[in-house]
Order: sequence, then C-alpha cells, then structure tokens
Amino acid sequence: MLAGLALLLVAAGLAAGSEGFSLAWGDEAALIRAIRAPRTLGALAAGGLLGLAGALAQGLFRNPLADPFLLGSAAGASLGVVAVLAIGGLVGGVAGSPLSLATADWLLRLGLVGAAFAGALGGVSLTLLLAGGAVRPLKLLLCGVVVGVLMGALSDLLVLVSPEALRGKQIFLLGTTGFLGWDSVVLLSAAVLLLLPLAVRFARVLDALVLGDASAASLGLHLAGVRLLLVVLMALATGSAVSQVGLVGFVGLVAPHLVRRWVVVTHAALLALSAAAGGVLLLAADVAARSVMAPQELPVGVLTALLGGVYLLLLLRRPRFAT
Amino acid sequence: MTATLVVNNTGPAATAATIPALRANGLVLRLGGRPVVDQVDLSLAAGQWVALVGPNGAGKSSLLSLLAGLRPPDAGTVHVAGRPLAAWTARQRAVRLAWLSQQGEAEGDIAVADVVRLGRLPHQGLFGAPTAADEAAVQAAMAETECSMFARRRLSALSGGERQRVLLARALAVGAPVLLLDEPTTHLDAPHQRALVRSLAARARAGAAVVAVLHDLNLALAADRLLVMQHGRLVADGVPADPAVRQRLVQVFDHAFSIEAVNLASAGSTGIAAQPRWVAVPAL
Repeated sequence: MLAGLALLLVAAGLAAGSEGFSLAWGDEAALIRAIRAPRTLGALAAGGLLGLAGALAQGLFRNPLADPFLLGSAAGASLGVVAVLAIGGLVGGVAGSPLSLATADWLLRLGLVGAAFAGALGGVSLTLLLAGGAVRPLKLLLCGVVVGVLMGALSDLLVLVSPEALRGKQIFLLGTTGFLGWDSVVLLSAAVLLLLPLAVRFARVLDALVLGDASAASLGLHLAGVRLLLVVLMALATGSAVSQVGLVGFVGLVAPHLVRRWVVVTHAALLALSAAAGGVLLLAADVAARSVMAPQELPVGVLTALLGGVYLLLLLRRPRFAT
Repeated sequence: MTATLVVNNTGPAATAATIPALRANGLVLRLGGRPVVDQVDLSLAAGQWVALVGPNGAGKSSLLSLLAGLRPPDAGTVHVAGRPLAAWTARQRAVRLAWLSQQGEAEGDIAVADVVRLGRLPHQGLFGAPTAADEAAVQAAMAETECSMFARRRLSALSGGERQRVLLARALAVGAPVLLLDEPTTHLDAPHQRALVRSLAARARAGAAVVAVLHDLNLALAADRLLVMQHGRLVADGVPADPAVRQRLVQVFDHAFSIEAVNLASAGSTGIAAQPRWVAVPAL
C-alpha cells in the first residue's frame, strides 16, 4: 500500500508545477527532468531518512515521542549553517555585495550542505562525548538537551554579529525541498541504501530493548556498543536529510507512529516501513506545499509541522496516552 | 562464535555430577557506601528449586543480578558450571543463565510471540536465523505460561498478569540450565501462581537450577530449599522442614506470621503436595 501511495505521489510530484497541475509531460519534459523529478525523488529519500531516524530514536530511547533531532543534531546543523552564512556574509560584505540566500551561488550552497551535515554530526558527537558514550540512555538525552541549548546560544550570538545570517537560518529552520537537485538525489539515495540495510540488520537490538536494558543485557547483548552504532546510524540519517532539506519537523516523529498504528511488527520491519512512510509523508507534504497556494510556495517544514502537530494532538486524545 | 557448540554439551547431565550449576563466594555489592549484598556464599545444585526470601531491602534483587552477571560485584566471585562468570562470553553466559527482571519495565508495541522469541536470542546470536528447535522452545514456553492465545497481540495491550506471563515465557524459552527469577509471581492470579510453581519444580526435576525471589511465603515454603536474606546477608539456608530455618524466617520478618504444618494427605495427587506442607499464618 505504501508503495502504491508512493507511486501515485511521484506522479503528482512530477505533475505539480508552479502553474498548477499539468499532465502534458511531453511538453514539459525539460522542466520535469531539471526540477520536478529530482525534487520529487529527493523528497522521497529525505523523508525516508527522517522516518528511519525517527524509528531508530523511538526504539533506542523506548519513547514514542522521541524524534531524530533529539541528540543535538538539529542545533548542530543550524549552527553550521549560520556559521557559514555569517562568514559568507562577512566575506561578501568586504567584497561589496552582501550575500543572502536568495542570491546564493552554488559554492555557498555546497558549503551550507556540508556545514549542516558536519554540524548535525558534530552536535551528536558532542552529546556522545559529554554522556561518555551510549551506556545510559537518560544521560544521553540530558546531554542532548544541554548541547542543543549551548549550540542554539552560539548560533544566536553569530546572528547578532552578522545579521544577514538570520534569513538563511530562518529558511533552513523552516525546511524546504526547493533546493533539491540531482546531486542531492544521488546523495540521499546513497544514504538510504547504505543506512537502511545496516539499521535493519541490527534491529533485533531494538526488539530486545523493549524488555529494558538489564534484560537485554541478560540476553548476551553488548548494549554500549550496539547502542552507539545505532545512534551513529541515526545521526548519519538525520544529518544527510537535514543537510539537503533543512529542519523538516514531525516526519521522523509521526512516520513510526503511523506504521505502529496499522501493523504489529518487529523493529526490522518497523524501520523499513517507517522509512517508506516517512518518504511518502514528506513527498505528500512537498506536493501540497507546491500546489496549495500555487504559484506561491509554502516551506514544506511549515506544512509538516502543522499536519504533524494536529496528528499528535489527536494521538494524545487517545485513552492509552491519557493515563 | 562457538557458543552453540559448547552449549549442547552442558545440559543437566554435565553439570549434575559434582560441579555446582552456580557458585558464589564472598559476594559484596555496595550502593552509596552501604553494603546491599554482604559476604554471600552460595552454591546451587542442578535439580533444585530454591526460594529466596527476605524483607524489603534485604538485597534479594541485587544478589540475583550479581548471580546473573548483570553488574560486577565489589568483591567476590561467581562461577557458572565451574568457570568464573567473566570467563564466559556474554552470549555463552546468556545461554546458561536466564534472568527475569522484577516489575517488568517491558513496554512496547511488538507482538507477544516476538517478545518470547527474544529468549532464543542467545542461541541464535544477533544475526542468526531461528531454527525449528528455537520455534519449538518458544511455543512450548508460551503453552507453559498459557499465553499462546494472545500470541499475536501487542505487549502494550496486555494486563499486568498477562504481561508477566509473557515475560516469564521469554525467560523459560531460553532453556537455560540456571533460571534466576525476580518476583515471578507479580500480578499473577492464584491458578497462574500455582502453574508457575509447578513449572519451576518441573524445570528443576528436568535438571535445571532454579532460584526465585518470592514474596508469597506460602509458595516459598513449597520450595526444595529456602534462602533467607536480611540486611544483605544470607541468614538461613536449608529445607523448609528444618525448624531452625523456619524460626529464622519468622524472626527476619519480625514475627509478623507463624509457620504451621498442614497435612494435606487427602489432596495429595501431585508431587509437591505429597509431603506435609508449611503455611505462613499472619499473626494478627
């Protein structure tokens, strides 16, 4: 069913132009090839990574409200972006033509992607370092909060020094699928193909964690090691997605919920299905973002946050969470 | 990974001879400077089911987790089948020692049968595929604790008693020669408590060494052997028929009950009920 939905949405993604939907694909072949196709496929892959990272986070922390941005990756990524923008702004200011994201050239864009990725991984690494590894999940979560606050403060400071960075930061924070090109598709697909099978291979650890740490250890698992590995996989998935589409919220949180609601499965299937659901969700949001107010475009992150927020509210009204 | 090869040679037959299934010497565990387990010496033979009792905070759960190798002791050693615990790999240890945690902190949306299947993880390893023997052990354990009928439901959708039975099945499915169970009767109703005690006794007859922390003293008094703990120390160790053991038990619990002999000759159909039984009567 997810595959069918994905196909339908890919078709919609290819058809959705700035002037409304169009099925005259022959006439628009160039447009589709250059813009709509990479954007559609990229959204699918980025959503898949976020769904995977969300399912990993929820399994690792045994908490249905865990999301991919928990361990400082969001704050790290936005710090990275702000830093590059601030430096670019300073350099550009000296050269006489202040850079903003609207006039961003590909060099700057490349720098931003790299900075977001490095920032996300840096945030998680710092969290792991502070927590002394992945031995105690609660400590890990608390360190993630601390790192988030610290990096948030740092990027605020940078914005204060170099106000031009604010606009870029805002676009990044809102999340957007607008910058996705073929290079992004290649990167994102490679990340999915690499990370998803690895995560699925270790999924039984997450099954065992359902019993609690001590019981999982009594089953002969080296928890510190395998948990570290899964945290790294989660950080890589989050970092790759964030570097291409910015901080698209709620996809990673909601996708595993949707899957769990429909089927009772072990984590191997949950991870794969969450990735599929995440891809479908982000693509659906992207198609909607492009067509709701066409030719105006909504930042996709705003849409996912809106839909995700409403969904969570409904979820919280269910009796299981009320107690 | 030679774990499975070694395992097949260490059934009850290999351990029943002279080497105790589990042996602890001078175990000490300190938490916050206070000794929670204090100089405990203990030897468990295969074929015995042992009840570990004592007031709240006596150190029963801590002792059990030391025996299971889940935390390192501050002093002392634990030997499993004659070898120090540290000499086994984690997976080898997990095949030999099944441990059931107190108050299941288990919470999740995976199916009951998949929870029980986790018991076979030590045999399969993280990447191994289940064999027919694995699945047979899983089905048998679920039948034993009567949770086959909700095998496909989510763990999170079960009542406390049902969940306890599932977790118990998970521990039984390991098929380990040493079973360490922390409060296995939590949330269980009377028929399932009875079923539990019977299956613990049956496992012991089949050659396992079974230790269960029990709050229900009437169930504990039906065990082959009683271990009484107080303030981290083992203060009595013997059969329930031993008057000294019973006296210590009553003392440790501040004379909150008396222990009386009951002759159940008329009922005596099962093995457990054949001998005179001891019951704790609250001293109100």
